[in-house]
Amino acid sequence: MNDMVRNLIILVITILAAPVIGGLLSGIDRKITARMQNRYGPPVLQPFYDFFKLLGKERITVNQTQMMYVIGHLCFAVAALGMFVLKQDLLMLIFILAFSNISLIMGAMSVRSPYSKIGAQREIIQMMAYEPVLLFMVVGIYLTTGSFMIERLFSSALGYGKPLLYSLPLVFFAFIYVLTIKLRKSPFDFSTSHHGHQELIKGLTTEFSGPQLALIELTHWYELVLLLGLISLFFAKPLWVGILIALGCYFLELVIDNISARVTWKWMLKATWLIGIGASMANIIWLYMKK
Amino acid sequence: MGIISKARKKSPWIIHYDCTSCNGCDIETLACLTPLYDVERFGIINVGNPKHADILVVTGSVNKRNVRVLKNIYSQMPEPKAVVAVGACACTGGIFKECYNVLGGVENVLPVDVFVPGCCPRPEAIIDGIVLAMEKMQEKAGLLKKAANDTKD
Repeated sequence: MNDMVRNLIILVITILAAPVIGGLLSGIDRKITARMQNRYGPPVLQPFYDFFKLLGKERITVNQTQMMYVIGHLCFAVAALGMFVLKQDLLMLIFILAFSNISLIMGAMSVRSPYSKIGAQREIIQMMAYEPVLLFMVVGIYLTTGSFMIERLFSSALGYGKPLLYSLPLVFFAFIYVLTIKLRKSPFDFSTSHHGHQELIKGLTTEFSGPQLALIELTHWYELVLLLGLISLFFAKPLWVGILIALGCYFLELVIDNISARVTWKWMLKATWLIGIGASMANIIWLYMKK
Repeated sequence: MGIISKARKKSPWIIHYDCTSCNGCDIETLACLTPLYDVERFGIINVGNPKHADILVVTGSVNKRNVRVLKNIYSQMPEPKAVVAVGACACTGGIFKECYNVLGGVENVLPVDVFVPGCCPRPEAIIDGIVLAMEKMQEKAGLLKKAANDTKD
């Protein structure tokens, strides 16, 4: 009973705190990006202004199901983050995260706009590129700790106290690589860009406006916190090192975002499968050899 | 003042439509986005999608061909929204006013909120126009809310 109350409190705090952290991080992202481009940049709270403004806009829906898909996108992402903070099954978490993304794709596919459809198809290609790498990451963690549970990483009682990075360096590299795709940063931002650039009108999010777009932005903040959390798993002990490294990786993503141009989907698919799957497979084979 | 109306003032997303401009005003409008003027510090973003936009920035005079496109873009934008006419042509039709195919300024077609005169206007004037449009948009949002409440009662 006591455990359940504790878990509930953790869950509520996460659901409330994650958007604040995610929003602040994207505000800092925009500020740093602007500084790198020699601009002054918007205030750090700008993502929150955008969010509340979008909430106050007129509700235009193209069809009745669209809002449901957006809510699905949000709820699955929140569920995945909830599973993460409660230290649940990592494999299930990756599947739920995929569900969240599929909801968005379905939402974009449910309208008749060709821009939205092309954006959705590109998102499917992106998922095709990064999902195998995420699965290999989970397999690698299983091979190291002997369990899919995240809890196992933190319990030294079970005889595992070393950071994951020592046994999974290449998997970590592959994960950082696919993080660029997940965060929709350049060079892999062709389904829709996270920044307010114009490409294919707005790709995946073309037909979402007002409150729907606000919810998609909110989901992005949850996802951002979850992904940075996954990075910190590799350095699980002590936790603050993991968080620092995760923030460092986020900064690295910003640098990559600003120094690279968008690539074509073919190039991305080839490169991600070759480098991402190649690196994580090599790591997993090495783990087998070591045993 | 609620949090939404506060946020609205700080995050105007503009969509820029070039009617039949000579590109002079367009270059000045896009110059606002460069590091020198950097309108993003006011939260202004140039979006390409009318469904995400708050402010429609029009350059050039309206003619019989592009009036359809202009009206289409305007009708796709969710309320509250504002229109800014940038440059002499967009304000009055400019030197093309008497042309057989020109309908005149944007005001003949859409409810324009802010006129930014000049041929072409300086980026500072355009930024000023957009800031004025934000205030107009705020007023409009208040009126919309009032209208919605009146119909409820």
